[in-house]
Amino acid sequence: MEATVVQTDDKGAVWGGGNQPLRASYGKMMMWFFIVSDALTFSGFLAAYGFSRFKFVDAWPIADEVFTHVPFLHGVPAPMIYVAFMTFVLIFSSVTMVLAVDAGHKMKQSKVAMYMFLTIIGGLIFVGSQAWEWATFIKGDYGAVETKGGKILQFLDNEGNRVALSSFAKDLPSTATAHEASKGVWFMGGETETTYNFEEVKAGFLANDNLLIRTQYLDDNGHPTVLSRAESIAKIEKDGKLVVEGANLRHNEYGHPLFADFFFFITGFHGFHVFSGVMINIIIFFNVVIGTYERRKSYEMVEKVGLYWHFVDLVWVFVFTFFYLV
Amino acid sequence: MAHHEHNLAIFRGKLKFKNNEQKIWGVFVFLSIVTIIEVVLGIYKPEILMTPFMSPFEGGFFATLANIFLSPFIYMKPLNLIFIVLTLVKAYYITWDFMHMRDETKGLRRSVVWTAIFLICYLVLILLIEGDYIFEIYKDNFIKFDF
Repeated sequence: MEATVVQTDDKGAVWGGGNQPLRASYGKMMMWFFIVSDALTFSGFLAAYGFSRFKFVDAWPIADEVFTHVPFLHGVPAPMIYVAFMTFVLIFSSVTMVLAVDAGHKMKQSKVAMYMFLTIIGGLIFVGSQAWEWATFIKGDYGAVETKGGKILQFLDNEGNRVALSSFAKDLPSTATAHEASKGVWFMGGETETTYNFEEVKAGFLANDNLLIRTQYLDDNGHPTVLSRAESIAKIEKDGKLVVEGANLRHNEYGHPLFADFFFFITGFHGFHVFSGVMINIIIFFNVVIGTYERRKSYEMVEKVGLYWHFVDLVWVFVFTFFYLV
Repeated sequence: MAHHEHNLAIFRGKLKFKNNEQKIWGVFVFLSIVTIIEVVLGIYKPEILMTPFMSPFEGGFFATLANIFLSPFIYMKPLNLIFIVLTLVKAYYITWDFMHMRDETKGLRRSVVWTAIFLICYLVLILLIEGDYIFEIYKDNFIKFDF
């Protein structure tokens, strides 16, 4: 009989919730579950970005020409510099986070609080930088013309430098004003008025013999195609339709509108994660300061939000590669 | 878990640290170096890295097979390949050392990493092939479906 006795103590009940088969607490496991599902969400977005990019691979904007700005350095083209700075800020805030977790293991309350504080500051700098990057992208710099088919035409001078619309567009008498929802019969507004309308840009372009048009299609070397003067005139007269300044969800002066859509969506979703991470970090920071975890005799909560914070950093590593580098 | 011991060696045991804090700084230095390499390559874009290392094999079944197996070297710019490899390296050290995956049990590690990697690879493969297919259709105008 003794040989068939079923063990009923805690040791045998591996899946009864009594012990930890993966030697991780419930909270940490659930954070890992969440991270896996969130990772799949992000990779869904990035894969969709890859899909659209492969679909229009010969007409995709070159990120180096889009993100060239650094705060306080007006007119100095510095591709990659600012986004590299943002990457470092996020990696460094990850370091302070993991140092906080380490200090938590050693039950050093004031050290945890200090490192959490630094992490929060890093997160805020990152979100602020992203807001600035968005604002710059939305504002645009040179302006462009969109064709009837929704393609972007940019303007160059003889030497191949980009030319802003404001430097050649003519002032023509116009009575057009923006149609706003408040003036309409129904609750619908028109599109925002651009600084110059298409006729003004066209007149200015025809009057300046040294201007050329660059299309969004890339040649064999990966550079956008530049049309000759005669082709440029034919293009703008036949296909030109409206002026685009900056980027929004429908138009994008830098190239394909999908580039702007994915940029807003993916960096926006990531920025939202950073923002919520900062909020959670603040809550945990105050819990550390008032001694909640000292009383609990465990800083595991810091470890759990740490996992989330590192995940946000991990996602940024991929966003950085696929939006700015590749 | 306060009693949890940390694994203090990185690079397959080649680099050992005295304590966890030093390991964190070591990993930070490594991640920074990788990021700096990425940024420098991204700004200068060396000309030799802008065209694929190999051209596709021509011919029968084995040529096709070779093209599939060597596709990263045949169809990708080396620069982009380097960026993606460096990104995965960074992701590994963030997950393993910052998120302490190195210290978790094999079961937890595999259930998180293998699941995500398998599903992401599958999704990316399907979507990129589909995107390229649509690109070809746009480029060659129309493909007849009623054959």
